[in-house]
Amino acid sequence: MEQMRYEAPDTVDAAVALLVGAGGETRILAGGTDLLVQLRAEWIEPDLILDVKKIPELTEISKENGGFRIGAAVTGAELGEHLGVKKAWPGVVEAVELIGSVQIQSRATMGGNLCNASPAADSVPALIAAGATAAIAGPNGRREIPVEDVGTGPGRTCLAKGEIVTSIFLPSRPAHSGDAYLRFIPRTEMDIAVVGAGVSLTLDGGGKCSAARVALGAVAERALLVDAAARALIGTPVDDAALDNLAKAASAAARPIDDKRGTKEYRIKVSGVLARRAAQAALERARQS
Amino acid sequence: MAKIHVTATVNGDEVEFLCELEETLLDVLRDELHLTGSKEGCASGDCGACSVMLDGRLVCACLVLGVEMEGRSVETIEAMAAGDELHPLQQKFLEHAALQCGICTPGILVAAKALLEKKPDPTETEVRFWLAGNLCRCTGYDKIIRAVLDAAAEMRVS
Ligand SMILES: Cc1cc2nc3c(=O)[nH]c(=O)nc-3n(C[C@H](O)[C@H](O)[C@H](O)COP(=O)(O)OP(=O)(O)OC[C@H]3O[C@@H](n4cnc5c(N)ncnc54)[C@H](O)[C@@H]3O)c2cc1C
Ligand code: FES
Ligand code: FES
Repeated sequence: MEQMRYEAPDTVDAAVALLVGAGGETRILAGGTDLLVQLRAEWIEPDLILDVKKIPELTEISKENGGFRIGAAVTGAELGEHLGVKKAWPGVVEAVELIGSVQIQSRATMGGNLCNASPAADSVPALIAAGATAAIAGPNGRREIPVEDVGTGPGRTCLAKGEIVTSIFLPSRPAHSGDAYLRFIPRTEMDIAVVGAGVSLTLDGGGKCSAARVALGAVAERALLVDAAARALIGTPVDDAALDNLAKAASAAARPIDDKRGTKEYRIKVSGVLARRAAQAALERARQS
Repeated sequence: MAKIHVTATVNGDEVEFLCELEETLLDVLRDELHLTGSKEGCASGDCGACSVMLDGRLVCACLVLGVEMEGRSVETIEAMAAGDELHPLQQKFLEHAALQCGICTPGILVAAKALLEKKPDPTETEVRFWLAGNLCRCTGYDKIIRAVLDAAAEMRVS
């Protein structure tokens, strides 16, 4: 076996240079809660492990244009302690806080959740619903893309060799906005989503929905942005009729597989139910904000 | 394979160790430093038997690489009792018979201590959620929860 190497640079440029210069397989290490399990199981045998936790840009939360830029290596625990983000984007924070136990929260990051590209990753539907973007640095400079474009399939992302996600940007919130994330699991803690649903919406002065985004997790090869479900809400007072249409659109968009966690038919049904409940929770928050 | 030299603080003392890249903090604690209080139940972050405090945060030592420890500080179950004097949590675990085989106990004690430092007066529900990452195959959990609540009450008085 080739010898594995460990590096922990303190700038993005140095990290990109190391990734580009390395022969063979490279892996970024953030919290390691996915990576160490995969290493142990020998699913992966990287030549270089690049720890990004020493790069200040990746570990900070800052305000930007009325929104928040969250370093890709900020942990779930740190995010949950940030009152500003929690107030503006409670749905995103509740999704991140669902990841694992207290022990896992001390280490797990949004960047890792996104780049591990599990179709059931909990933070991803919430980030997609929020209209979040991912900032990426690589050998050809920097780019910023919608979160829904990062994962391309189970364990696969659009990142090219040498690219790192540096941060996730959550935009500013108009008044009367709310978001929520719900997942269905057979127990109350420590399990992988059977279905996850994220909804973000904004109400106008008259209480009608003026903007909405709906996303589903664990019902396709990657998290889905469901435009038809959002359209079911926009222009309505988010009443029962609108919520029925949203649920139908969510179920219609779900294209899950059968596995030990749930059958295809069940997941399709639960997609509608959860999207509806998440929309109601988001609505409640929008009315109070 | 060349080993990597790491300097870290373990239970308040600066220590140096050599480790291979694949070795986790749990491997280092148990095999290099002979601190065998932290247990390996699953090696995948699910059981919490390896719980330790890393720079003041509760983590699974099986999900941290030894090489990540450079310049960092870890506190293990070995630092819990003050000499021969048990920590109130340890005492209450004995009184409530909150352990049988004992494999889960060090991790649960470390996790419970972290909770009580953050929240001296937790509700039963809060204790149960906080300990969701610590599995016990023997006790059925109830005695553990009673012991933690009782220790919390005692620590608030003293
Ligand atoms: C016991 C347990 C319970 C869990 N429960 C849940 C759960 O409920 N919900 C859930 O969604 N997940 C869960 N997970 C999975 C995992 O904790 C999350 O996916 C977590 O967010 C991963 O973050 P990390 O920082 O630990 O990633 P790491 O393990 O460090 O990295 C994950 C992957 O992403 C890549 N990567 C990391 N950061 C970057 C970056 N900045 N740029 C490019 N690539 C990067 C890595 O190379 C690796 O391939 C659980 C894991 C465990 C062990
Ligand atoms: S051994 Fe670390 S969580 Fe089980
Ligand atoms: S006492 Fe045996 S696992 Fe808890």
